[in-house]
Amino acid sequence: MSAGVVDEHADAAAKAAAGPVLEITGLSVGVRGEDGEREVVSGLSLSLGRGETLCIAGESGSGKSMTALAIMRLLPQPAGRISAGTIRLFDKDGSAVELTALDERRMRGIRGDRIAMIFQEPMTSLNPVLSIGRQLTESIEAHTGLSHAEAQRRAVEALKAVRISEAESRLKQFPHELSGGMRQRVMIAMALALEPDVLIADEPTTALDVTVQGEVLELLRDLQRQHGTSVILITHDMGVVAEMADRVIVMRNGRMVEEGTTADIFTGPQAAYTQELLAAVPRIGSGVGRRASAEPDPATRDKVAVVNDLHVRFDLRGGFFGRVNRRVHAVEGVSFSIAPNETLALVGESGCGKSTTAKALAGLVPYTGAVKIGGRELSGLGGDARKAVRRDVQMVFQDPYASLDPRMRVGDLVAEPLLIHGIGSRQERQSQVAALFERVGLSAAQMELYPHEFSGGQRQRICIARALALKPKLIIADESVSALDVSVQARVLDLLKELQREFGVAYLFISHDMAVVENISDRVAVMYLGQIVEIGSRDQVFSNPRHPYTRRLIEAVPVPDPSRRRPRFARLDREIPSSTRRIGESVPKLVLKDFGGGHLAAIAD
Amino acid sequence: MTNPIAPDLPAVRMPAKPRAGVWRRLVRRPLALLGLIIVALVLAGAILAPWLTGYDPNEQMFDGLTLEGSPLPPNAKFWLGTDLLGRDLLTRILFGARTSLIIGIVANGVALFIGTLVGVTAGYFRGWIGSALMRFTDLMMAFPALLLAICLAAVFEPSLWIVAMVIALVNWVQTARVIYTETSSLSEREFIDAERTIGASAPRILIRHILPHLLPTIIVWGTLGISTTVLLEATLSYLGIGVQPPTASWGNIIFENQTYFQAAPWLVFFPGAAILALALAFNLIGDALRDILDPTQRGRE
Repeated sequence: MSAGVVDEHADAAAKAAAGPVLEITGLSVGVRGEDGEREVVSGLSLSLGRGETLCIAGESGSGKSMTALAIMRLLPQPAGRISAGTIRLFDKDGSAVELTALDERRMRGIRGDRIAMIFQEPMTSLNPVLSIGRQLTESIEAHTGLSHAEAQRRAVEALKAVRISEAESRLKQFPHELSGGMRQRVMIAMALALEPDVLIADEPTTALDVTVQGEVLELLRDLQRQHGTSVILITHDMGVVAEMADRVIVMRNGRMVEEGTTADIFTGPQAAYTQELLAAVPRIGSGVGRRASAEPDPATRDKVAVVNDLHVRFDLRGGFFGRVNRRVHAVEGVSFSIAPNETLALVGESGCGKSTTAKALAGLVPYTGAVKIGGRELSGLGGDARKAVRRDVQMVFQDPYASLDPRMRVGDLVAEPLLIHGIGSRQERQSQVAALFERVGLSAAQMELYPHEFSGGQRQRICIARALALKPKLIIADESVSALDVSVQARVLDLLKELQREFGVAYLFISHDMAVVENISDRVAVMYLGQIVEIGSRDQVFSNPRHPYTRRLIEAVPVPDPSRRRPRFARLDREIPSSTRRIGESVPKLVLKDFGGGHLAAIAD
Repeated sequence: MTNPIAPDLPAVRMPAKPRAGVWRRLVRRPLALLGLIIVALVLAGAILAPWLTGYDPNEQMFDGLTLEGSPLPPNAKFWLGTDLLGRDLLTRILFGARTSLIIGIVANGVALFIGTLVGVTAGYFRGWIGSALMRFTDLMMAFPALLLAICLAAVFEPSLWIVAMVIALVNWVQTARVIYTETSSLSEREFIDAERTIGASAPRILIRHILPHLLPTIIVWGTLGISTTVLLEATLSYLGIGVQPPTASWGNIIFENQTYFQAAPWLVFFPGAAILALALAFNLIGDALRDILDPTQRGRE
């Protein structure tokens, strides 16, 4: 495989020699805010060779997306503007167009035709009320002047190129009828239908599941090889960078921090920031602060939480009389237990029921089955008793921007659980909140501020302080670090581990990110379509995965190491089936087979 | 951890100096101050009406009409002119302010309260309670408001307070609709889920966490409602089921005189201007209050 990498380097050199297709010099972008104009990109210069993949990596606020929008001349109006610099797009014969000086009409001719863009969120970037065929043919017709039938044919070809089966009939479908991965492929088809010179992909796989991400990345690579398109890939994920890039630009606060070939950046990063960034990336097998997974204690110790045969189903109404005719089997017979001081990770892709399981435990959705918290059965309790048990289970949500009431002071927010449960006097609560603030790494003076005055990582710390206020036995962390930048993510994970040591709290850690899970968990449960397909200690699951789905999940994680690029990623031959079923249709229950040492997996021998 | 400050942001924002009270900040905004002044003037006019003019609002003065019997335009004696029956318009507007303020504030306030209560309850609890409340709201909406008001007014003996109640019962529906939609989207927000997981009760979530977010909408509907309710009272008065003549209200002054709009425009213009000024004043105050009460606007003023 290393020979392949060498070849690719030679390739990249050859591409660069062919002359650039896009050249940016001294680009500065300003965005006007309430307090005057702020420079979000300053003095950025780069050149993109023909057929080359250039990754712009950086954390949120680094100006990477603004750079992309500046190239497309789609900066948010009227606040954003290009304040300095040139962006030149070269033709095959070497003649250049200066994009910053073009008027809107001529720029429209370039967008889509010569520079195309794929956005992060495939649901919001497709028009939900138009069929995908209409959206595809529209852009083809607008740029080429082909007849409708001819455009239709091109659209089908484009869909086939992105490996969408039954392309002709798909043209009549609407975006909501397709899965996230399919939608992103449609977006790629739209972008590539006109064979642009440059494709800008802004976080194209961030909103997708890992296995789907693998497919989409591979598809991008293949298409690029076939068409010779130059790609600017914008991402925060160093794994994706290692997988895809010929060259990398690392950005921070609007400035380029480092530029180099992928191999150079990963093996010998020069700038301190790049080194930090790479060190913070969670890696399977060697994360920061990783510790050995606690041995499962076979003795029946007091478990913090025992979940037995949990079911959550949502009724769907339909038909003329609005009767229940279908049911979403979100969670189907899930059983697990968590010991004090232990972290159980629940992993799986979107729609597998992991978040619903968390919500059931937190009392947010009705369920059937038995859930015992601290030895007490949850269902059948009266109001006050239930409130008392609820104290033992607290939750930290995914999005720290959405899970704090924006109209309350953060000090009041953290004090609120104490107030609700009638703990302490006003002064006691105040001092307790101050102590919690210090504990999670904030200062007590900040209690007077409102949530919007904090960064994402700080907000997540506030959420953690809030969850800790009641001294719970179990904290459910639902994708709690997914929305954070890697360096912040690493620090929040560290904090969670420290707090566990100090308070002996158990975590139910829900995540789609295998690398993060591998770093923090003691035990891992893999969910698929509402059921657990494999459960065991971290080492058992990661070093000896038994279920094919678990293996697939682990393989799909992009490795932040360009020398370990996967040559080929096994493609899924079908979409993940839906967990919606007709009434009366039963769900086959998986039988878990014991592989010893608490390692169970749902496979027939 | 050696560093007590979270290293997620290089510079830590510390709380700004303690902030002035709502009243002080309201007075500091010129437009809000203008609104406050207008409201204060109207209030003072209504309260001090008997001492402000030398006329009785219902006295039909002989010298208030020309020899041909047409009303007088504004002049030195009757500052805003007289109406068809020779009554002093200024006096009637001042006394009418009492009626209109009661309608505009009490009736509108009650309507707002009912609408918010229904909307919030239906939007938060959904289920059969929500359906029942919203279907009832739809029913009220489909029913012509005027017909309903006429029915209600026919059942009860007409008086100012009955009129206010009738207007409140007719006017809450739009507010309920709007508040319902907003509440149902708010209660889907993650921070409401977060409140539930820490054991917050439904009243606490509704009052402490949902209501503050509805404040801008409530303020907008409240200020819009002032002119609608004042005009609805005028309509009812016109139909003879509102405030009974000769009691003056801004609405019925307009309606009594609207047929003479071309011959005596001041009779419609002055009470109309009064309604407009009052609605505008509340609008200005409401706008400023919305910004002041929104903590997420802090530091962006």
